[in-house]
Amino acid sequence: MNAPNSFRTQPDDRGHFGAFGGRYVAETLMPLVLELDTAYRAAKADPAFRLQFDDLLEHYVGRPSPLYYAERLTEALREGAPDGKGAQIWFKRDELNHTGAHKINNCIGQILLAMRMGKTRIIAETGAGQHGVATATVCARFGLPCIIYMGAKDIERQAPNVFRMKLLGAEVRPVTSGSHSLKDAMNEGMRDWVANVHDTFYIIGTAAGPHPYPEMVRDFQSVIGTEARAQMLSRINRLPDLLVAAIGGGSNAIGLFHPFLDDGDVMMLGVEAAGRGLDKEHAASLAGGSPGILHGNKTYLLQDEDGQITEAHSISAGLDYPGIGPEHSWLHSIGRVEYTSVTDTEALDAFQLLCRTEGIIPALEPAHAIAAVATRAREMDRDQIILANLCGRGDKDIFTVAEALGVKI
Amino acid sequence: MTRLATAFAKPHRALVTFVTAGDGPTADILDALVEGGADVIELGMPFTDPMADGPAIQAANIRSLLAGTKTADILAIAKAFRFRHPEVPLVLMGYANPMTIRGPEWFAAAAKEAGVDGVICVDIPPEEDPELGPALRAVGIDPIRLATPTTDAARLPTVLDGASGFLYYVSVAGITGLQQAQQTSIDEAVARLKAHTNLPVAVGFGVRTPEQAAAIARVADGVVVGSAIVELVATHGVDAPAYVRAYIESLATAIHAATKEVA
Repeated sequence: MNAPNSFRTQPDDRGHFGAFGGRYVAETLMPLVLELDTAYRAAKADPAFRLQFDDLLEHYVGRPSPLYYAERLTEALREGAPDGKGAQIWFKRDELNHTGAHKINNCIGQILLAMRMGKTRIIAETGAGQHGVATATVCARFGLPCIIYMGAKDIERQAPNVFRMKLLGAEVRPVTSGSHSLKDAMNEGMRDWVANVHDTFYIIGTAAGPHPYPEMVRDFQSVIGTEARAQMLSRINRLPDLLVAAIGGGSNAIGLFHPFLDDGDVMMLGVEAAGRGLDKEHAASLAGGSPGILHGNKTYLLQDEDGQITEAHSISAGLDYPGIGPEHSWLHSIGRVEYTSVTDTEALDAFQLLCRTEGIIPALEPAHAIAAVATRAREMDRDQIILANLCGRGDKDIFTVAEALGVKI
Repeated sequence: MTRLATAFAKPHRALVTFVTAGDGPTADILDALVEGGADVIELGMPFTDPMADGPAIQAANIRSLLAGTKTADILAIAKAFRFRHPEVPLVLMGYANPMTIRGPEWFAAAAKEAGVDGVICVDIPPEEDPELGPALRAVGIDPIRLATPTTDAARLPTVLDGASGFLYYVSVAGITGLQQAQQTSIDEAVARLKAHTNLPVAVGFGVRTPEQAAAIARVADGVVVGSAIVELVATHGVDAPAYVRAYIESLATAIHAATKEVA
């Protein structure tokens, strides 16, 4: 295949990333999706919008997030590595953002757009609760009513985040349809939106959904990669050899990757959740799924031969989704980004490794990325650089981890 | 003339009825719909993630899938229906993923072979028509489009371009089965649609009572009833056909009477 001139010009004006993406929504929503697209184009072209976004990211979110050389982790992984192997590991510290994850970047962008469009009511879906907390946070900040749809199963395993959302003034609506998790929360979000189109803005948390969401979420999250690229150049005057990020829907990964896509020497690795194993229950849509249509876009999905969506499993609620953002499906299909997967057990090991070597308790989502980093670092030369996105902190996950390790707290 | 065109050319307004395939004794329920006086049958293809549906049809989808309904079973139900009722138009209604998973040509050919007349795909808007529309048209199946309260005058030509069979007016901006639209808004909307198309216009979402059906029949070419039937199936299970027949008779009687008033 001929390489395109740039990997950064997708999607087309109908929202297609190659054969993926698009706008597969009911007619009731279609005019709204088109209106959103028009409003987003206008905002994107308006320097005032950008200034407002950048200002809030700096003074409210706490950006830029640090770029950190993980010296002890690097050393730990060099032990037992072949001679001369053990790449240097750097982290983009997006877990230090206000609310503890990268999700807030996108929420700031979308709520500014919502207000620009005159919308007065905000809805969102959440899995792990990080996007719900980030949405509730920006709603509190701007004084808009906020309704969060969350799978009943996730409400149970993410109690601290449910309480945070309530403290922030959001109404958390349990979703008991389907598998009671993230995909069902997204269905309920769509149902709410379709019934309240006149005043409601749906803040989708991942780089999926009908166009323009995948593009818009990517653009707002690209602050991660844009900062990291500049920080790398300014600190060590070179780009990393490998980028690594965890993928549920894939918003933190696309945010890190996109600004580097045209840097041909930078390799990229997206890490899906292999759950209990790819031959058992998992959430790895690329490794174990096939293309299909769900939640407004065409992308890789976990599904059966009749196109019924199958349930995803991951110890990380944030990765427990049977689809993936369409741009990842495209980057996978053209081979620009490599994708791998990591099991629950491997992620738990990496979680503990990072706690002990760097004094950082990561969320279970980036723990998947760290597990992949540990494998790759040992295969790469010592003068090579891996940059991984530490997309969330692990406070919310300590109960899940304790249970998995058989510890009562 | 196609079976759909014939149904809408009857001397009375058409009663369009929906039931989810594989939820309850579907073949008997379909017979009850026809015996009760339904003019067009919509057979719902269950999907794990029915985003545009309210609680009643969501639950029917899940019951059907838990009972093990496969796409092959739905096509077999359709084919057997076509054998028993050679003249009654049958429309498959559902979501894009189960319809396109084996490729649009496969689905179109299988639906044609089963005697299906039209397809309503909830989440393929006109903008994504290439996903399914051309394959359906190639085998002579009508891709039936939806218009909604949010479909404004500027957008309507896009919706009508490539539409055939009939135009399904979703009278409520929302999910199936929950609210009923104000009759005056339906009257206005149908008049607006009919000014732009010669296709029959059928109105649905939230229609439950014979009175509502009659009021709609005074202005529209067809009345669509879905969730209320699906709820009867949920309540009565294997005994549902008799209840469905009686309910459909009450709707058909009201629609036929309303047609005479306007004639």
